[in-house]
Amino acid sequence: MTLFQKCLAVPAALLLFMAGLSSFAALEKDAGAVTIFTPTIPFLIVLLCLFYLLSSVYFSNALINKIGVLLSASATALIATAILITKLDVIAQLLPGFWFLLAGAWLMSWLSVEKLSEFERIPRLLDLARAIAIPVIFGFWLLLGWEALTRGFNVPKVLLPSPSIIAERFLSSLPILWADFQQTFLKAVLIGYAIGCGSGFFIAILIDRSPFLRKGLMPIGNLVSALPIIGVAPIMVMWFGFDWQSKAAVVVVMTFFPMLVNTIAGLAAARTMQLDLMKTYAADYWQTLFKLRLPEALPFIFNALKINSTLALIGAIVAEFFGTPIVGMGFRISTEVGRMNVDMVWAEIAVAALAGSAFYGVVTLIERRLTFWHPSIRA
Amino acid sequence: MAASSSLSKEQSVININDLSLTFKTNDGLVHALSNIDLTINSGEFVSLIGPSGCGKTTLLRVIADLETPTGGSILVNAMSPHEARMKRAYGYVFQAAALYPWRTIARNVGLPLEIMGLDKEECQKRISHNLALVNLEGFEKKFPWQLSGGMQQRASIARALAVEPELLLMDEPFGALDEIVRDHLNEQLLRLWDKTNKTVVFVTHSIPEAVFLSSKIVVMSPRPGRIHSIIESNLPKDRTLDIRETQEFLNIAHEVREGLREGHSYED
Repeated sequence: MTLFQKCLAVPAALLLFMAGLSSFAALEKDAGAVTIFTPTIPFLIVLLCLFYLLSSVYFSNALINKIGVLLSASATALIATAILITKLDVIAQLLPGFWFLLAGAWLMSWLSVEKLSEFERIPRLLDLARAIAIPVIFGFWLLLGWEALTRGFNVPKVLLPSPSIIAERFLSSLPILWADFQQTFLKAVLIGYAIGCGSGFFIAILIDRSPFLRKGLMPIGNLVSALPIIGVAPIMVMWFGFDWQSKAAVVVVMTFFPMLVNTIAGLAAARTMQLDLMKTYAADYWQTLFKLRLPEALPFIFNALKINSTLALIGAIVAEFFGTPIVGMGFRISTEVGRMNVDMVWAEIAVAALAGSAFYGVVTLIERRLTFWHPSIRA
Repeated sequence: MAASSSLSKEQSVININDLSLTFKTNDGLVHALSNIDLTINSGEFVSLIGPSGCGKTTLLRVIADLETPTGGSILVNAMSPHEARMKRAYGYVFQAAALYPWRTIARNVGLPLEIMGLDKEECQKRISHNLALVNLEGFEKKFPWQLSGGMQQRASIARALAVEPELLLMDEPFGALDEIVRDHLNEQLLRLWDKTNKTVVFVTHSIPEAVFLSSKIVVMSPRPGRIHSIIESNLPKDRTLDIRETQEFLNIAHEVREGLREGHSYED
């Protein structure tokens, strides 16, 4: 084990031990208090794992040591977490032992993830499983910590609802969320994104072709990009009406300029020697564009597509604050905040986060397919 | 200034007459080339040698119509360099391989053929023929970054040959490679020249490389870039690397070195 891993293991062991002790102390002192470990068996297993963990520190064989620590840390973390989850409902009446257990289990998970990432040259399928497991464990602990803290400290729902309340609201309002998603994402975001990125791309090619356009259009592009969205959105509503068209227009304004600038930079990326090469083949403008300059520009273009995938969603949601039919993610957020239904706001935020990450992920996957040759990806 | 077309009246591929090229820079005029007279005949292997700044690469680029001369005249295959370029009269090999990383080796070699609009079958035939010529069979599906520097440069030579030009222009193609690989490629290039009977113009700053490869060595000197002397070599066409130990080879190398020294190439 590395020094860092020992720094995780030792406090984790201490915390779990304290958790056990404090629950016994509570049993003797106050019969009314809810203790953590009503059945003693899981507690014993925890202690056993702890023992194994500590003893495995002194194993000499590197592989056994690695696997041993990994298994014991994971098992300890799992059991402790299982106990924690069953106690979440009555968390308000719990004693300090609960928090010891929470902190101990969290450190144990961290240790097991550390151990997990240590294995090299493992089969592809396992490698994939690990690549998925690590962020899942991380996300799970984020949610568990959030749940425990909001419940344990009785945080008012208006300030921060717990994940379980949000999940409940999410599941019970699926039709509303789906309608909002359709209105905002499938219509305003996707259409605006396509038009904004597409026009940015084509105008970049025009600008690249003609120095006259470069001088005329670049300042205008600059100007448009500097427009504040809360100024543009009401104007777009006046121009294009209350429905999704005006939101798509805001998205177009937001996504146009990043695409323009990146494509122009990308078109300038081909090196002199490569351009000379095309010249020696007597290649015409279009051949040089399609066979050399556009492939060379792809990494830049995908940068813009990725930036724009998140910008578009933000733009569409904010634009809905300025007049909309009674559907849409931005509309829902602004009205439910007014009604103090913060859990619904969080449910919409969850939808936005899921949709935004999925969108970004899809663009990234296509990028990996198309620019597999680029040094940043092929490694 | 040595007379250039004294030897044979064979078919000449390149005729350069009193050519000059002046660049305008912020520091004033730079005379990159001045009073260049040179005739290159069909089937010759001509090396342009000289220190950096002597204009050897610029001269090659003028032949390829990548630079425009400011004075004098130049004919390539009895045409202007521009016409010659539009007719794809030459293949050009650069200092770096300049292969496109998103294309496989086969598709890189096929790039000029696609641009020329040849049909698929002809492309395929030329690609495999030329890859075989540079000993790269079996690497068709690899990407350039998966190959060593020497293999990449060989692929770029195959790409230049795929156009099937009579004239091959090479700008220090092996400059970035280590000496062992360079020796090997020099020998292969010589075999290729022997086999295909192409005219080659080869820019280098290595005396042994120039003497080993060439039938004619053009010694250039800087400020302004000009031809100092032209040295004919009669080494047999089927020579091998061993020839570098012979007295004949050393004599020619000595002559080139003297030429470079007289051209004040060593003064700074």
